[in-house]
Amino acid sequence: MIRFDNVTKLYPNQNNAALHDLTLEVEKGEFVFLVGPSGSGKSTFLRLVLKEERPTSGRIRVAGKDLHRLSNWKVPQLRRRIGTVFQDFRLLPNKTVFENIAFALQVIGKSRRQIHRDVPAVIELVGLGGKEDRLPDQLSGGEQQRVAVARAFVNRPLILLADEPTGNLDPATSVGIMKLLDRINRTGTTVVMATHDQSIVDQMRKRVIELDQGHLVRDQSRGVYGYAR
Amino acid sequence: MRLQYIFSEIGTGLRRNLTMTLAVIITVAISMAFLGTGMMLRAQAETMKGYWYDKVQISVFMCNEYDRGERCADGLVTGEQKAEVEQVLTAHPEVQTVHFENQEQAYEHFKEQFADDIADSITPDQLQESFRVELKDPERFEGVVSAVAGLPGVHQVQDQREVLEPIFRAINRVQWGAVIVAATLLVAAVLLITNTIRLAAFSRRRETGIMRLVGASNFYIQLPFILEAAIAGLIGAVVACGGVAMIKVFFIDRGMAPSFRFIDAWVGWPEILAIMPWLLVAGVLMSAVAAFFTLRRYLRV
Repeated sequence: MIRFDNVTKLYPNQNNAALHDLTLEVEKGEFVFLVGPSGSGKSTFLRLVLKEERPTSGRIRVAGKDLHRLSNWKVPQLRRRIGTVFQDFRLLPNKTVFENIAFALQVIGKSRRQIHRDVPAVIELVGLGGKEDRLPDQLSGGEQQRVAVARAFVNRPLILLADEPTGNLDPATSVGIMKLLDRINRTGTTVVMATHDQSIVDQMRKRVIELDQGHLVRDQSRGVYGYAR
Repeated sequence: MRLQYIFSEIGTGLRRNLTMTLAVIITVAISMAFLGTGMMLRAQAETMKGYWYDKVQISVFMCNEYDRGERCADGLVTGEQKAEVEQVLTAHPEVQTVHFENQEQAYEHFKEQFADDIADSITPDQLQESFRVELKDPERFEGVVSAVAGLPGVHQVQDQREVLEPIFRAINRVQWGAVIVAATLLVAAVLLITNTIRLAAFSRRRETGIMRLVGASNFYIQLPFILEAAIAGLIGAVVACGGVAMIKVFFIDRGMAPSFRFIDAWVGWPEILAIMPWLLVAGVLMSAVAAFFTLRRYLRV
Protein backbone atom coordinates (compact mmCIF):
# COMPACT_ATOMS: atom_id res chain seq x y z
CA MET A 1 0.00 0.00 0.00
CA ILE A 2 2.78 2.43 0.90
CA ARG A 3 6.26 1.72 -0.28
CA PHE A 4 9.34 3.86 0.19
CA ASP A 5 12.50 2.93 -1.70
CA ASN A 6 15.67 4.76 -0.65
CA VAL A 7 13.79 7.95 -0.09
CA THR A 8 15.77 11.00 0.93
CA LYS A 9 14.24 14.38 1.60
CA LEU A 10 16.38 17.44 2.04
CA TYR A 11 14.62 20.74 2.68
CA PRO A 12 16.18 23.74 0.91
CA ASN A 13 17.45 25.65 3.94
CA GLN A 14 18.69 22.75 5.99
CA ASN A 15 21.95 20.88 6.24
CA ASN A 16 20.60 17.63 7.60
CA ALA A 17 18.19 15.51 5.61
CA ALA A 18 14.69 15.24 7.05
CA LEU A 19 14.62 11.67 5.78
CA HIS A 20 17.71 9.74 4.94
CA ASP A 21 17.64 6.79 2.59
CA LEU A 22 14.41 5.42 4.00
CA THR A 23 13.17 2.08 2.76
CA LEU A 24 10.05 0.53 4.19
CA GLU A 25 6.75 -0.98 3.17
CA VAL A 26 3.32 -0.82 4.76
CA GLU A 27 0.92 -3.53 3.67
CA LYS A 28 -2.76 -3.15 3.12
CA GLY A 29 -4.77 -3.29 6.33
CA GLU A 30 -1.84 -2.74 8.64
CA PHE A 31 -1.85 -0.44 11.64
CA VAL A 32 1.51 1.28 11.97
CA PHE A 33 2.79 3.66 14.64
CA LEU A 34 5.45 6.10 13.54
CA VAL A 35 7.42 7.22 16.56
CA GLY A 36 10.47 9.29 17.21
CA PRO A 37 11.52 12.61 18.73
CA SER A 38 10.52 15.92 17.21
CA GLY A 39 12.27 16.56 13.93
CA SER A 40 12.82 12.87 13.28
CA GLY A 41 10.92 13.01 10.03
CA LYS A 42 7.49 11.68 10.98
CA SER A 43 5.55 14.59 9.54
CA THR A 44 7.78 14.65 6.49
CA PHE A 45 6.95 11.02 5.88
CA LEU A 46 3.24 11.73 5.95
CA ARG A 47 3.60 14.76 3.69
CA LEU A 48 5.51 12.71 1.18
CA VAL A 49 2.74 10.12 1.10
CA LEU A 50 0.23 12.88 0.31
CA LYS A 51 2.57 14.35 -2.26
CA GLU A 52 2.60 17.63 -0.44
CA GLU A 53 6.35 17.38 -0.71
CA ARG A 54 8.50 15.70 -3.26
CA PRO A 55 11.42 13.48 -2.31
CA THR A 56 14.89 14.68 -3.16
CA SER A 57 15.67 11.15 -4.28
CA GLY A 58 14.13 7.71 -4.13
CA ARG A 59 10.80 6.27 -5.16
CA ILE A 60 7.45 6.33 -3.41
CA ARG A 61 4.53 4.12 -4.30
CA VAL A 62 1.12 4.71 -2.79
CA ALA A 63 -1.80 2.40 -3.55
CA GLY A 64 0.19 1.01 -6.43
CA LYS A 65 0.89 4.38 -8.02
CA ASP A 66 4.37 5.75 -8.48
CA LEU A 67 4.09 9.26 -7.11
CA HIS A 68 6.92 10.49 -9.25
CA ARG A 69 4.95 9.70 -12.38
CA LEU A 70 1.69 11.07 -11.08
CA SER A 71 0.80 14.29 -12.88
CA ASN A 72 -0.17 17.32 -10.83
CA TRP A 73 -3.78 17.38 -11.83
CA LYS A 74 -4.22 13.81 -10.69
CA VAL A 75 -2.98 14.52 -7.18
CA PRO A 76 -6.42 15.54 -5.87
CA GLN A 77 -7.66 12.13 -6.93
CA LEU A 78 -4.91 10.49 -4.89
CA ARG A 79 -5.77 12.54 -1.85
CA ARG A 80 -9.39 11.50 -2.01
CA ARG A 81 -8.30 7.94 -1.35
CA ILE A 82 -6.30 9.03 1.68
CA GLY A 83 -7.98 10.31 4.82
CA THR A 84 -6.03 12.66 7.08
CA VAL A 85 -6.35 13.59 10.72
CA PHE A 86 -4.19 16.26 12.32
CA GLN A 87 -3.26 17.43 15.75
CA ASP A 88 -5.06 20.75 15.21
CA PHE A 89 -8.19 19.10 13.81
CA ARG A 90 -8.28 21.30 10.70
CA LEU A 91 -11.99 21.75 10.49
CA LEU A 92 -13.59 24.49 8.45
CA PRO A 93 -14.63 26.96 11.13
CA ASN A 94 -17.71 28.30 9.41
CA LYS A 95 -19.29 24.97 8.67
CA THR A 96 -21.29 22.72 10.97
CA VAL A 97 -20.29 19.18 11.89
CA PHE A 98 -22.51 17.82 9.15
CA GLU A 99 -21.20 20.28 6.57
CA ASN A 100 -17.57 19.63 7.49
CA ILE A 101 -17.98 15.93 6.89
CA ALA A 102 -20.20 16.39 3.86
CA PHE A 103 -17.52 18.62 2.39
CA ALA A 104 -15.30 15.65 1.72
CA LEU A 105 -18.07 14.14 -0.37
CA GLN A 106 -19.13 17.35 -2.05
CA VAL A 107 -15.74 18.06 -3.52
CA ILE A 108 -15.79 14.75 -5.34
CA GLY A 109 -19.22 15.42 -6.70
CA LYS A 110 -21.33 13.00 -4.73
CA SER A 111 -25.05 13.58 -4.98
CA ARG A 112 -27.10 15.08 -2.18
CA ARG A 113 -28.82 11.77 -1.70
CA GLN A 114 -25.54 9.98 -1.17
CA ILE A 115 -24.36 12.69 1.19
CA HIS A 116 -27.49 12.48 3.28
CA ARG A 117 -27.06 8.75 3.45
CA ASP A 118 -23.35 8.49 4.20
CA VAL A 119 -22.77 11.41 6.52
CA PRO A 120 -25.28 10.53 9.24
CA ALA A 121 -23.96 6.97 9.25
CA VAL A 122 -20.41 8.07 9.90
CA ILE A 123 -21.54 10.61 12.48
CA GLU A 124 -23.11 7.74 14.41
CA LEU A 125 -19.96 5.72 13.93
CA VAL A 126 -17.80 8.29 15.66
CA GLY A 127 -20.34 8.85 18.38
CA LEU A 128 -21.47 12.38 17.60
CA GLY A 129 -25.12 11.63 17.06
CA GLY A 130 -27.25 14.70 17.79
CA LYS A 131 -24.46 17.23 17.25
CA GLU A 132 -24.70 17.56 13.49
CA ASP A 133 -25.56 21.25 13.57
CA ARG A 134 -22.88 22.42 15.95
CA LEU A 135 -20.05 24.60 14.77
CA PRO A 136 -16.47 23.57 15.62
CA ASP A 137 -16.07 26.23 18.28
CA GLN A 138 -19.06 24.74 20.05
CA LEU A 139 -17.36 21.38 20.39
CA SER A 140 -14.76 20.04 22.78
CA GLY A 141 -11.35 19.01 21.48
CA GLY A 142 -12.25 15.35 21.52
CA GLU A 143 -15.47 16.01 19.63
CA GLN A 144 -13.67 18.09 17.03
CA GLN A 145 -11.19 15.33 16.45
CA ARG A 146 -14.04 12.88 16.04
CA VAL A 147 -15.43 15.13 13.33
CA ALA A 148 -12.03 15.11 11.69
CA VAL A 149 -11.91 11.34 11.84
CA ALA A 150 -15.40 11.14 10.43
CA ARG A 151 -14.43 13.41 7.58
CA ALA A 152 -11.33 11.35 6.91
CA PHE A 153 -13.30 8.12 6.88
CA VAL A 154 -16.58 9.04 5.17
CA ASN A 155 -15.11 8.38 1.75
CA ARG A 156 -13.91 4.89 2.76
CA PRO A 157 -10.30 5.72 1.95
CA LEU A 158 -7.61 3.14 1.40
CA ILE A 159 -5.26 4.79 3.84
CA LEU A 160 -5.80 6.90 6.93
CA LEU A 161 -2.88 9.08 7.97
CA ALA A 162 -2.89 10.58 11.44
CA ASP A 163 -0.32 13.16 12.50
CA GLU A 164 -0.32 13.34 16.32
CA PRO A 165 -4.10 13.05 16.51
CA THR A 166 -4.11 12.88 20.30
CA GLY A 167 -1.60 15.69 20.74
CA ASN A 168 -4.20 18.20 21.95
CA LEU A 169 -6.36 15.76 23.89
CA ASP A 170 -6.41 14.50 27.44
CA PRO A 171 -5.63 10.81 28.10
CA ALA A 172 -9.21 9.67 28.46
CA THR A 173 -10.34 11.33 25.27
CA SER A 174 -7.27 10.02 23.49
CA VAL A 175 -8.28 6.49 24.30
CA GLY A 176 -11.65 7.14 22.72
CA ILE A 177 -10.01 8.34 19.52
CA MET A 178 -7.69 5.37 19.41
CA LYS A 179 -10.59 3.00 19.75
CA LEU A 180 -12.14 4.73 16.79
CA LEU A 181 -9.01 4.38 14.71
CA ASP A 182 -8.75 0.76 15.69
CA ARG A 183 -12.31 0.14 14.54
CA ILE A 184 -11.59 1.84 11.27
CA ASN A 185 -8.51 -0.26 10.83
CA ARG A 186 -10.56 -3.40 11.34
CA THR A 187 -12.74 -2.48 8.37
CA GLY A 188 -9.64 -2.88 6.22
CA THR A 189 -8.29 0.65 6.14
CA THR A 190 -4.53 0.94 6.38
CA VAL A 191 -3.66 3.28 9.26
CA VAL A 192 -0.36 5.09 9.74
CA MET A 193 -0.17 7.21 12.86
CA ALA A 194 2.67 9.46 13.91
CA THR A 195 2.70 9.99 17.63
CA HIS A 196 4.51 10.98 20.80
CA ASP A 197 2.00 9.26 23.00
CA GLN A 198 3.90 6.53 24.73
CA SER A 199 1.05 4.97 26.64
CA ILE A 200 -1.10 4.48 23.59
CA VAL A 201 1.66 2.83 21.64
CA ASP A 202 2.45 0.53 24.54
CA GLN A 203 -1.21 -0.36 24.96
CA MET A 204 -2.07 -1.21 21.42
CA ARG A 205 0.94 -3.29 20.50
CA LYS A 206 0.89 -2.63 16.81
CA ARG A 207 3.77 -2.41 14.36
CA VAL A 208 6.13 0.33 15.46
CA ILE A 209 8.47 2.14 13.10
CA GLU A 210 10.94 4.39 14.84
CA LEU A 211 12.74 7.26 13.14
CA ASP A 212 15.65 9.25 14.51
CA GLN A 213 16.91 12.29 12.63
CA GLY A 214 15.59 10.91 9.40
CA HIS A 215 16.98 7.43 9.81
CA LEU A 216 14.98 4.27 10.31
CA VAL A 217 16.21 2.80 13.58
CA ARG A 218 13.56 0.26 14.47
CA ASP A 219 10.77 -1.66 12.80
CA GLN A 220 9.01 -3.96 15.19
CA SER A 221 5.83 -5.99 14.69
CA ARG A 222 4.20 -5.75 18.07
CA GLY A 223 6.27 -3.00 19.45
CA VAL A 224 6.38 -0.61 22.35
CA TYR A 225 7.31 3.03 22.39
CA GLY A 226 10.68 3.01 24.14
CA TYR A 227 13.61 4.53 22.26
CA ALA A 228 16.08 2.11 20.82
CA ARG A 229 19.42 2.17 22.53
CA MET B 1 -19.94 19.50 -11.30
CA ARG B 2 -22.55 20.27 -8.75
CA LEU B 3 -24.01 23.62 -9.74
CA GLN B 4 -26.04 23.83 -6.62
CA TYR B 5 -22.98 23.30 -4.48
CA ILE B 6 -21.15 26.07 -6.27
CA PHE B 7 -23.99 28.55 -5.90
CA SER B 8 -24.45 27.78 -2.23
CA GLU B 9 -20.71 28.07 -1.69
CA ILE B 10 -20.70 31.46 -3.35
CA GLY B 11 -23.63 32.62 -1.27
CA THR B 12 -22.15 31.56 2.05
CA GLY B 13 -18.73 32.75 0.99
CA LEU B 14 -19.99 36.23 0.25
CA ARG B 15 -21.92 36.40 3.47
CA ARG B 16 -19.35 34.95 5.81
CA ASN B 17 -16.42 36.89 4.45
CA LEU B 18 -18.56 39.99 4.43
CA THR B 19 -15.74 42.33 5.35
CA MET B 20 -13.66 41.15 2.46
CA THR B 21 -16.59 41.25 0.10
CA LEU B 22 -17.36 44.82 1.09
CA ALA B 23 -13.72 45.75 0.67
CA VAL B 24 -13.74 44.47 -2.90
CA ILE B 25 -17.03 46.21 -3.66
CA ILE B 26 -15.80 49.54 -2.33
CA THR B 27 -12.45 49.31 -4.05
CA VAL B 28 -14.04 48.52 -7.38
CA ALA B 29 -16.70 51.20 -6.90
CA ILE B 30 -14.18 53.94 -6.21
CA SER B 31 -11.78 52.87 -8.93
CA MET B 32 -14.49 52.57 -11.52
CA ALA B 33 -16.09 55.86 -10.47
CA PHE B 34 -12.80 57.63 -11.03
CA LEU B 35 -12.33 55.89 -14.31
CA GLY B 36 -15.87 56.81 -15.32
CA THR B 37 -15.25 60.44 -14.40
CA GLY B 38 -12.14 60.47 -16.53
CA MET B 39 -14.09 59.04 -19.44
CA MET B 40 -16.85 61.56 -18.85
CA LEU B 41 -14.34 64.37 -19.02
CA ARG B 42 -13.13 63.12 -22.33
CA ALA B 43 -16.70 62.83 -23.61
CA GLN B 44 -17.42 66.36 -22.39
CA ALA B 45 -14.42 67.70 -24.25
CA GLU B 46 -15.55 65.87 -27.34
CA THR B 47 -19.03 67.35 -27.05
CA MET B 48 -17.71 70.86 -26.68
CA LYS B 49 -15.47 70.39 -29.63
CA GLY B 50 -18.44 69.27 -31.65
CA TYR B 51 -20.43 72.30 -30.55
CA TRP B 52 -17.75 74.74 -31.57
CA TYR B 53 -17.07 72.93 -34.77
CA ASP B 54 -20.57 73.71 -35.88
CA LYS B 55 -20.03 77.37 -35.24
CA VAL B 56 -16.86 77.82 -37.18
CA GLN B 57 -17.30 79.77 -40.32
CA ILE B 58 -15.05 81.52 -42.71
CA SER B 59 -16.43 84.80 -43.87
CA VAL B 60 -15.21 86.13 -47.19
CA PHE B 61 -16.16 89.79 -47.43
CA MET B 62 -16.41 91.25 -50.91
CA CYS B 63 -15.56 94.83 -51.77
CA ASN B 64 -18.36 97.34 -51.70
CA GLU B 65 -18.32 100.68 -53.47
CA TYR B 66 -16.90 102.55 -50.50
CA ASP B 67 -13.94 100.30 -49.79
CA ARG B 68 -10.58 101.62 -50.72
CA GLY B 69 -7.10 100.29 -50.31
CA GLU B 70 -5.11 97.90 -52.41
CA ARG B 71 -7.58 95.10 -52.19
CA CYS B 72 -10.52 96.97 -53.57
CA ALA B 73 -8.88 99.30 -56.00
CA ASP B 74 -11.58 98.48 -58.49
CA GLY B 75 -14.49 99.48 -56.32
CA LEU B 76 -17.63 97.39 -56.09
CA VAL B 77 -17.10 93.74 -56.74
CA THR B 78 -18.27 92.54 -60.12
CA GLY B 79 -20.47 89.61 -60.90
CA GLU B 80 -17.59 87.80 -62.54
CA GLN B 81 -15.37 88.22 -59.53
CA LYS B 82 -18.12 86.94 -57.29
CA ALA B 83 -18.64 83.99 -59.55
CA GLU B 84 -14.95 83.19 -59.48
CA VAL B 85 -14.76 83.35 -55.71
CA GLU B 86 -17.81 81.15 -55.44
CA GLN B 87 -16.32 78.66 -57.82
CA VAL B 88 -13.03 78.51 -55.95
CA LEU B 89 -14.87 77.98 -52.73
CA THR B 90 -17.21 75.25 -53.89
CA ALA B 91 -14.39 73.43 -55.60
CA HIS B 92 -12.18 73.39 -52.54
CA PRO B 93 -12.04 69.94 -50.90
CA GLU B 94 -12.18 71.28 -47.34
CA VAL B 95 -15.37 73.24 -47.92
CA GLN B 96 -18.62 71.79 -46.68
CA THR B 97 -21.17 74.46 -47.64
CA VAL B 98 -21.08 77.93 -49.09
CA HIS B 99 -23.77 80.46 -48.34
CA PHE B 100 -24.01 83.88 -49.92
CA GLU B 101 -25.21 86.87 -47.95
CA ASN B 102 -26.08 89.96 -49.93
CA GLN B 103 -26.14 93.51 -48.63
CA GLU B 104 -29.83 93.48 -47.73
CA GLN B 105 -29.41 90.35 -45.68
CA ALA B 106 -26.30 91.78 -44.07
CA TYR B 107 -28.31 94.84 -43.17
CA GLU B 108 -31.00 92.74 -41.52
CA HIS B 109 -28.40 90.92 -39.41
CA PHE B 110 -26.80 94.23 -38.54
CA LYS B 111 -30.10 95.62 -37.30
CA GLU B 112 -30.62 92.51 -35.13
CA GLN B 113 -27.31 92.94 -33.42
CA PHE B 114 -27.07 96.67 -32.95
CA ALA B 115 -29.36 99.33 -31.55
CA ASP B 116 -31.84 101.00 -33.86
CA ASP B 117 -30.30 104.46 -34.05
CA ILE B 118 -26.94 103.03 -35.14
CA ALA B 119 -28.66 100.85 -37.67
CA ASP B 120 -30.55 103.85 -39.00
CA SER B 121 -27.36 105.66 -39.81
CA ILE B 122 -26.14 102.85 -41.97
CA THR B 123 -27.43 101.97 -45.36
CA PRO B 124 -27.28 98.51 -46.88
CA ASP B 125 -24.81 99.53 -49.55
CA GLN B 126 -22.31 100.43 -46.85
CA LEU B 127 -22.23 96.83 -45.74
CA GLN B 128 -20.44 94.12 -47.56
CA GLU B 129 -21.61 91.08 -49.39
CA SER B 130 -20.07 87.95 -48.07
CA PHE B 131 -19.69 84.26 -48.61
CA ARG B 132 -20.21 82.28 -45.45
CA VAL B 133 -18.21 79.07 -45.69
CA GLU B 134 -18.61 76.06 -43.46
CA LEU B 135 -15.72 73.64 -43.36
CA LYS B 136 -15.52 69.90 -43.11
CA ASP B 137 -12.68 70.09 -40.61
CA PRO B 138 -12.72 73.45 -38.86
CA GLU B 139 -9.12 73.08 -37.82
CA ARG B 140 -7.97 73.11 -41.40
CA PHE B 141 -9.07 76.54 -42.42
CA GLU B 142 -5.76 77.84 -43.66
CA GLY B 143 -6.01 76.21 -47.04
CA VAL B 144 -9.35 77.79 -47.81
CA VAL B 145 -8.27 81.19 -46.54
CA SER B 146 -5.20 81.31 -48.69
CA ALA B 147 -7.19 80.10 -51.69
CA VAL B 148 -9.51 83.10 -51.71
CA ALA B 149 -7.57 85.82 -49.91
CA GLY B 150 -5.73 87.01 -53.00
CA LEU B 151 -8.63 86.88 -55.42
CA PRO B 152 -9.83 90.15 -57.00
CA GLY B 153 -12.86 91.64 -55.32
CA VAL B 154 -12.13 90.08 -51.98
CA HIS B 155 -11.93 92.72 -49.31
CA GLN B 156 -11.15 90.60 -46.30
CA VAL B 157 -11.25 87.05 -45.13
CA GLN B 158 -12.18 86.52 -41.56
CA ASP B 159 -11.39 83.12 -40.27
CA GLN B 160 -12.28 83.53 -36.65
CA ARG B 161 -8.85 82.18 -35.99
CA GLU B 162 -8.01 84.50 -33.17
CA VAL B 163 -11.13 83.53 -31.34
CA LEU B 164 -11.27 79.85 -31.93
CA GLU B 165 -7.73 78.61 -32.07
CA PRO B 166 -7.19 79.06 -28.35
CA ILE B 167 -10.46 77.29 -27.67
CA PHE B 168 -9.53 74.30 -29.80
CA ARG B 169 -6.13 74.17 -28.23
CA ALA B 170 -7.63 74.19 -24.78
CA ILE B 171 -10.15 71.51 -25.64
CA ASN B 172 -7.52 69.28 -27.16
CA ARG B 173 -5.40 69.65 -24.09
CA VAL B 174 -8.32 68.77 -21.87
CA GLN B 175 -8.98 65.69 -23.95
CA TRP B 176 -5.40 64.54 -23.74
CA GLY B 177 -5.39 65.26 -20.06
CA ALA B 178 -8.54 63.23 -19.60
CA VAL B 179 -7.11 60.29 -21.51
CA ILE B 180 -3.92 60.33 -19.47
CA VAL B 181 -5.88 60.65 -16.25
CA ALA B 182 -8.17 57.79 -17.22
CA ALA B 183 -5.24 55.57 -18.14
CA THR B 184 -3.48 56.33 -14.87
CA LEU B 185 -6.66 55.63 -12.96
CA LEU B 186 -7.02 52.34 -14.75
CA VAL B 187 -3.56 51.27 -13.64
CA ALA B 188 -4.31 52.42 -10.12
CA ALA B 189 -7.58 50.49 -10.20
CA VAL B 190 -5.82 47.31 -11.26
CA LEU B 191 -3.33 47.62 -8.43
CA LEU B 192 -5.95 48.42 -5.83
CA ILE B 193 -8.30 45.64 -6.84
CA THR B 194 -5.51 43.10 -7.06
CA ASN B 195 -4.32 44.06 -3.62
CA THR B 196 -7.74 43.79 -2.04
CA ILE B 197 -8.35 40.42 -3.61
CA ARG B 198 -4.93 39.21 -2.56
CA LEU B 199 -5.96 40.02 1.00
CA ALA B 200 -9.15 38.06 0.52
CA ALA B 201 -7.25 35.06 -0.82
CA PHE B 202 -4.83 35.24 2.09
CA SER B 203 -7.62 35.28 4.63
CA ARG B 204 -8.95 32.10 3.09
CA ARG B 205 -5.70 30.21 2.94
CA ARG B 206 -6.74 27.92 5.76
CA GLU B 207 -9.89 26.89 3.98
CA THR B 208 -7.99 26.53 0.75
CA GLY B 209 -5.46 24.28 2.47
CA ILE B 210 -8.13 22.05 3.90
CA MET B 211 -9.88 21.82 0.57
CA ARG B 212 -6.65 20.69 -1.03
CA LEU B 213 -6.11 18.13 1.71
CA VAL B 214 -9.50 16.61 1.22
CA GLY B 215 -8.79 16.20 -2.46
CA ALA B 216 -10.72 19.04 -4.06
CA SER B 217 -9.48 19.80 -7.55
CA ASN B 218 -8.03 23.25 -8.15
CA PHE B 219 -11.01 24.14 -10.30
CA TYR B 220 -13.43 23.38 -7.49
CA ILE B 221 -11.44 25.51 -5.12
CA GLN B 222 -10.96 28.44 -7.46
CA LEU B 223 -14.35 28.69 -9.08
CA PRO B 224 -16.36 29.88 -6.07
CA PHE B 225 -13.67 32.40 -5.22
CA ILE B 226 -13.46 33.75 -8.74
CA LEU B 227 -17.22 34.03 -8.98
CA GLU B 228 -17.44 35.71 -5.59
CA ALA B 229 -14.88 38.25 -6.72
CA ALA B 230 -16.71 38.75 -10.01
CA ILE B 231 -20.02 39.34 -8.27
CA ALA B 232 -18.48 41.76 -5.80
CA GLY B 233 -16.80 43.50 -8.73
CA LEU B 234 -20.11 43.73 -10.54
CA ILE B 235 -21.83 45.27 -7.55
CA GLY B 236 -18.98 47.75 -7.17
CA ALA B 237 -19.16 48.67 -10.85
CA VAL B 238 -22.92 49.18 -10.63
CA VAL B 239 -22.36 51.51 -7.70
CA ALA B 240 -19.77 53.34 -9.79
CA CYS B 241 -22.27 53.68 -12.66
CA GLY B 242 -24.72 55.15 -10.19
CA GLY B 243 -22.03 57.57 -9.06
CA VAL B 244 -21.31 58.67 -12.61
CA ALA B 245 -25.02 59.19 -13.24
CA MET B 246 -25.24 61.29 -10.10
CA ILE B 247 -22.34 63.45 -11.24
CA LYS B 248 -24.21 64.01 -14.48
CA VAL B 249 -27.39 65.00 -12.68
CA PHE B 250 -26.04 67.05 -9.82
CA PHE B 251 -22.85 68.48 -11.12
CA ILE B 252 -23.64 69.02 -14.77
CA ASP B 253 -27.38 69.26 -15.22
CA ARG B 254 -28.01 71.23 -12.07
CA GLY B 255 -24.61 72.70 -11.36
CA MET B 256 -22.67 73.76 -14.41
CA ALA B 257 -25.21 73.94 -17.20
CA PRO B 258 -27.54 76.59 -15.74
CA SER B 259 -24.57 78.86 -15.04
CA PHE B 260 -23.29 78.59 -18.56
CA ARG B 261 -26.49 78.82 -20.43
CA PHE B 262 -25.00 80.17 -23.61
CA ILE B 263 -23.13 76.93 -24.12
CA ASP B 264 -25.38 74.09 -25.09
CA ALA B 265 -22.56 71.62 -25.27
CA TRP B 266 -22.86 69.50 -22.21
CA VAL B 267 -22.34 65.77 -22.28
CA GLY B 268 -25.67 64.05 -22.60
CA TRP B 269 -27.20 60.79 -21.40
CA PRO B 270 -26.23 58.80 -24.49
CA GLU B 271 -22.57 59.44 -23.80
CA ILE B 272 -22.96 58.57 -20.13
CA LEU B 273 -24.81 55.37 -20.96
CA ALA B 274 -22.07 54.46 -23.40
CA ILE B 275 -19.48 54.70 -20.63
CA MET B 276 -21.34 52.39 -18.25
CA PRO B 277 -20.84 49.05 -20.02
CA TRP B 278 -17.09 49.69 -20.00
CA LEU B 279 -17.13 50.23 -16.26
CA LEU B 280 -19.13 47.06 -15.70
CA VAL B 281 -16.90 44.94 -17.88
CA ALA B 282 -13.74 46.41 -16.41
CA GLY B 283 -14.93 45.92 -12.84
CA VAL B 284 -15.94 42.30 -13.33
CA LEU B 285 -12.93 41.34 -15.42
CA MET B 286 -10.36 42.90 -13.16
CA SER B 287 -11.85 41.26 -10.08
CA ALA B 288 -12.17 37.83 -11.67
CA VAL B 289 -8.71 37.84 -13.21
CA ALA B 290 -7.13 39.09 -9.99
CA ALA B 291 -8.96 36.35 -8.07
CA PHE B 292 -7.70 33.68 -10.43
CA PHE B 293 -4.08 34.70 -10.17
CA THR B 294 -3.93 35.48 -6.48
CA LEU B 295 -5.47 32.21 -5.33
CA ARG B 296 -3.07 30.19 -7.43
CA ARG B 297 -0.34 30.97 -4.95
CA TYR B 298 -2.04 28.81 -2.39
CA LEU B 299 -2.86 26.05 -4.81
CA ARG B 300 0.57 24.94 -5.84
CA VAL B 301 0.62 21.20 -5.40
